[in-house]
Amino acid sequence: MNRLRTRLSVIATIAYRDVMKFLRDRMRIIFSFVFPVMFVGVLGGGLQSSLGAASGKDLLTMTFLGVLAQTLFQSTASGIISLINDRENDFSQEIFVSPTSRYAIIFGKIVGESTISFLQVVGILIFGAVIGIKITLVGLLAIFPAMVAAALLGGAFGILVLGNLNNERTANQIFPFLVMPQLFLSGVFVPLAGTSGLLLTLAKFMPLTYAVDLMRGMYFLNDVNAQKDLLHSPLVNALVIAAMFTVFLTIGTILFVKKEKER
Amino acid sequence: MNAAIEVRNLIKRYAKSPVNAVDNISFSVKEGEFFAFLGPNGAGKTTAISVLTTTLAKTSGEVQVAGYDIATQAAQVRQNIGIIFQNPSLDKNLTAEENIRFHAVLYGLYPFSPFFSWMPNEYKQKVKELSELIGISDALDKPVKTFSGGMKRKLEIVRSLLHNPKVLFLDEPTTGLDPASRKSLWEYILQVRKTQGTTIFLTTHYLDEAEGADRVVVINKGKIIADGTPQALKRELTKNFMRVTPKTLSKFVKELQSLGIEYSVEGIHVNIPIKNAGVDVQKLLKTIESELVDIDIHSPSLNDAYIQLITTEHE
Repeated sequence: MNRLRTRLSVIATIAYRDVMKFLRDRMRIIFSFVFPVMFVGVLGGGLQSSLGAASGKDLLTMTFLGVLAQTLFQSTASGIISLINDRENDFSQEIFVSPTSRYAIIFGKIVGESTISFLQVVGILIFGAVIGIKITLVGLLAIFPAMVAAALLGGAFGILVLGNLNNERTANQIFPFLVMPQLFLSGVFVPLAGTSGLLLTLAKFMPLTYAVDLMRGMYFLNDVNAQKDLLHSPLVNALVIAAMFTVFLTIGTILFVKKEKER
Repeated sequence: MNAAIEVRNLIKRYAKSPVNAVDNISFSVKEGEFFAFLGPNGAGKTTAISVLTTTLAKTSGEVQVAGYDIATQAAQVRQNIGIIFQNPSLDKNLTAEENIRFHAVLYGLYPFSPFFSWMPNEYKQKVKELSELIGISDALDKPVKTFSGGMKRKLEIVRSLLHNPKVLFLDEPTTGLDPASRKSLWEYILQVRKTQGTTIFLTTHYLDEAEGADRVVVINKGKIIADGTPQALKRELTKNFMRVTPKTLSKFVKELQSLGIEYSVEGIHVNIPIKNAGVDVQKLLKTIESELVDIDIHSPSLNDAYIQLITTEHE
């Protein structure tokens, strides 16, 4: 086999393995729906009846789109970060001693974890439909590129974190501090427009902010009223995400490959 | 020249650690040799194996495995070795065949395909043969979590041999297995060695497993403290002795002193070192007049030699 084909085979294998592991782990599938369902059903519903109804806005859909972006981002990120405890567990040990390129491992992992996050999103969309959130087919097509962007950004973010962590314990301690602020500062639940001062400054430092904003921007592409609640145009968001993706992935991969051997 | 593994002045110190985990060790393993690496927990065995298998960078020293330098030719080293890890390295929710297939693709043997039936015939044939050899042909499509401990280990070995490695590293492969599984696993490993001529690098706690090795190196606190054949180690490290239980201890000791015979007291027993078992014992018994209750002759096992070595080192 030639080199490129071998690399692609390796990437496909690593991704396929991740997806298979997810699909055959019933508990993991169930748990991956708990948070999104809670966020959308309880929080989004509550917000809509208290704030949304008064302001005449569709806060429920806003929150739903935010949670979609957050799920894609976080699921991919935490999947990648799990590589750190994988080194001493199951088949991953095999992956690390195989003659394959470290870059192929990371790309395979990003593809696999992104696919898993998309499987979760399918579940959330179905749940949304059940509780009456109408996502149009056109809207779904419009947000598809934004979903891919959210997952890839999460993957690159995960690799950046991974490259800076030493062991599983640090990972478990630090991860909540990386995730929780993003959850509340990125406007996942309530759009950020109207926010100012420190909160807005902090929000602008959160990678997830741009993924959430892009998702809403794409969905409300023709809705001038809803666009007032957004921070940036989809184009600006897309450019920021592309830039962050490139920087995170490059720095993270270099650090990870270096650190992987030098313990 | 024909060394499968060549280690010279290897040192590994972990970041933030004040001491060397592997402290200036040198040894070589010949092609086709069965080499055993012994040592207590924390002696540096797994650290050394990680460096040799390129998953951990060395601090200094030179290491060649299968003829390639671990630092500059890591990919070639990896292509030529197989590893059985201390922790199980199978995905429990995946089937036995999937575990094998993913390994084959990672080593560039076959292109990836999501289904067994889509894989090349050559692969299918090989998997069938191997699974028959270890008796899992009926369970190939079952999740690995349904397998017994011994079966899992065999599956790992079959998998690690798929790319025909020159050196097979086994890091405490029988830990946690019941005696019957241990025995049958060893029969399989030795059969592999015989038919394929694979060099075997073993680390183990079970001394009896190293007794069949061509060479044993004992490591403690990162340093090599013994190196030789199991027989030589035994000869060097332990002496045969006769354990005597006298009727009256004080009287017997007094008699030994007057005869000028070397001895040591252990509870109600007296240990007397002997050189060649048969002759010495007979001579001794002829000269002794004290009444004896029991006599026992001790020949050391490798285990005794090993324990003695480790405990002397600690003192």
